[in-house]
Amino acid sequence: MRHGKYPLIVTFLVPPLLLYGIFVLSPYLQAFQISTTNWLGYSAEADFVGLENFATLLRDGYVWNAIKNNAILLLVLPLVTIGLGLFFATMLNMGGRRGRAGVVGVTGTAAYRLIYFFPQVLSVVIIAIIWREVYHPNNGLLNASLGALGINGPSWLGDPRFAFWCVLAVLIWSNVGFYVVLFGAAMQAIPRDIYEAVMLDGASRFVTLFKVTIPLLWDTVQVAWIYLAIAALDGFILVQLMTNGGPNFSSDVIGLRMYDTAFGSETKFGYASAIGVVMFFLTLSVAVLALRAARRDRIEYS
Amino acid sequence: MTVLDRAPAGAAPARKTDPAPRRETGVANAFSHGFLLLWGLLTAFPLLWVLVSSFKSDAEILGDPWGLPSALRFENWARAWTEANIGQYFLNSTIVVAGSLTLTMFFGATAAYVFARYDFRGRQIAYYLFVGGMMFPVFLALVPLFFVVRNAGLFGTWTGLILVYAAYSLPFTVFFLTAFFRTLPTSVAEAALIDGCGHFRLFFRVMLPMARPGLISIAIFNFLSHWNQFILPQVLMQGDDSKWVLAQGLAALAINQGYEGDYSGLFAGLTLAMLPVLVVYVAFQRQIQSGLTAGQLK
Repeated sequence: MRHGKYPLIVTFLVPPLLLYGIFVLSPYLQAFQISTTNWLGYSAEADFVGLENFATLLRDGYVWNAIKNNAILLLVLPLVTIGLGLFFATMLNMGGRRGRAGVVGVTGTAAYRLIYFFPQVLSVVIIAIIWREVYHPNNGLLNASLGALGINGPSWLGDPRFAFWCVLAVLIWSNVGFYVVLFGAAMQAIPRDIYEAVMLDGASRFVTLFKVTIPLLWDTVQVAWIYLAIAALDGFILVQLMTNGGPNFSSDVIGLRMYDTAFGSETKFGYASAIGVVMFFLTLSVAVLALRAARRDRIEYS
Repeated sequence: MTVLDRAPAGAAPARKTDPAPRRETGVANAFSHGFLLLWGLLTAFPLLWVLVSSFKSDAEILGDPWGLPSALRFENWARAWTEANIGQYFLNSTIVVAGSLTLTMFFGATAAYVFARYDFRGRQIAYYLFVGGMMFPVFLALVPLFFVVRNAGLFGTWTGLILVYAAYSLPFTVFFLTAFFRTLPTSVAEAALIDGCGHFRLFFRVMLPMARPGLISIAIFNFLSHWNQFILPQVLMQGDDSKWVLAQGLAALAINQGYEGDYSGLFAGLTLAMLPVLVVYVAFQRQIQSGLTAGQLK
């Protein structure tokens, strides 16, 4: 590979770099710059205002309300999703452990895996619309069932007490399947002799799960955590389509705040970019924190 | 091993020969099956409900959400396909995704190949520049992106969407494929070069075919994410609804049919959007599951 490699490097690298530079890098860089102006969108004027947008942001109750909701998502979404994911993956991959082969899946594992993964291939828009209909106060699936039991169901997405939790439930619903498959794949990679040894020692199912399986899966769980944390900070499309942040801002999230500020009735692009910058640093710190918190001694078994 | 192991029945090397586990039943198993079944129902039922409702009349949908349709009303589907333009949006999505996927795969493969196989000044910097894009939320770029696309005269065009989809898929695609190209044996490449194969021919005739499994995984991943993209078209394809992609069209359909009370049309539209994806998924579930899990992990 000595001569003639430069023509190839140039032709192969320059077009992707250009595309990436124009549509990805430059917008990111511009966002930081715009966040220090008072630009109102389509007008040409944009004055430099320094950190004024960030100061406004600190006093903006709507933003804080949205951040509070994101914080709840950040706490609940990874916890419940990973919990359910681990639970179902364990059932599927080692639920039927009475066989002499040590650990085997329950019957019908393939079918379960197929079904659980459904939401993962559907678009968020479809998921949002389906669930809006399920939650529909009069003719939704949920209230029709409650009605059959003689209970008068609330108007789920129209009720500030429930709206946010309803959206959160859908977020969990749509994510669990993916983690079942992910953890399942990681479990398959654990050598069987480890389980045989543990079983010979007479360990129970739960001891095996908590002392063997989960420690060996720790790397995967950690990645899942980061990924879900980022999803929790985002979560905006689902909110926008299901409740649009309402009723009365009860289900608002920071992404939606930014979107509305930029593309809503007033086009406050400067302020919206400031929210974006805050989101950027929040995401970054969550990822770093998650990596730190989850760091443990790595277990090698290969 | 095999010779020694003939004695106690309990210790036979049973890994593959073991017939269906004996007394697999018992409390624990009923328990696990119960939960598994419950979640399966919870996942599948809403989708099934949409399918069933798509055949109902509006009166049936409003009056009895749990009931079965009294007839298979395919006219709901026809109405959604033509009047609600689902057919048009489908076509638009197909055009955009075909373009963006081709572009992503080509640029992703060439860039990754160079990063994985050639040494040159600034390689590290360029690589991390690319891969760094994975870390940032799309949000941050949304506002400036709007103007970048508008100033380029690409606002509200498919070309604009195609370029933007491709640009935002590049970081992950390059990351994934660079790792993949590194795993391919160098000996083949060296042999080809000695035999007088040029660098370009080497890529197209030798390396690209060898990288096929990796290319397929990442293509599936990108296909689903492009097909399901919502936020980018929402920002970059405002206005002219004849060019909307499927996700936008569905969101609009949900709002309109809600006002008009045409619930059967909405459910039919949802079914039309959902079915092809699910059918393809069921057919290629193994590749899709492993592609997506390999994809989202690093």
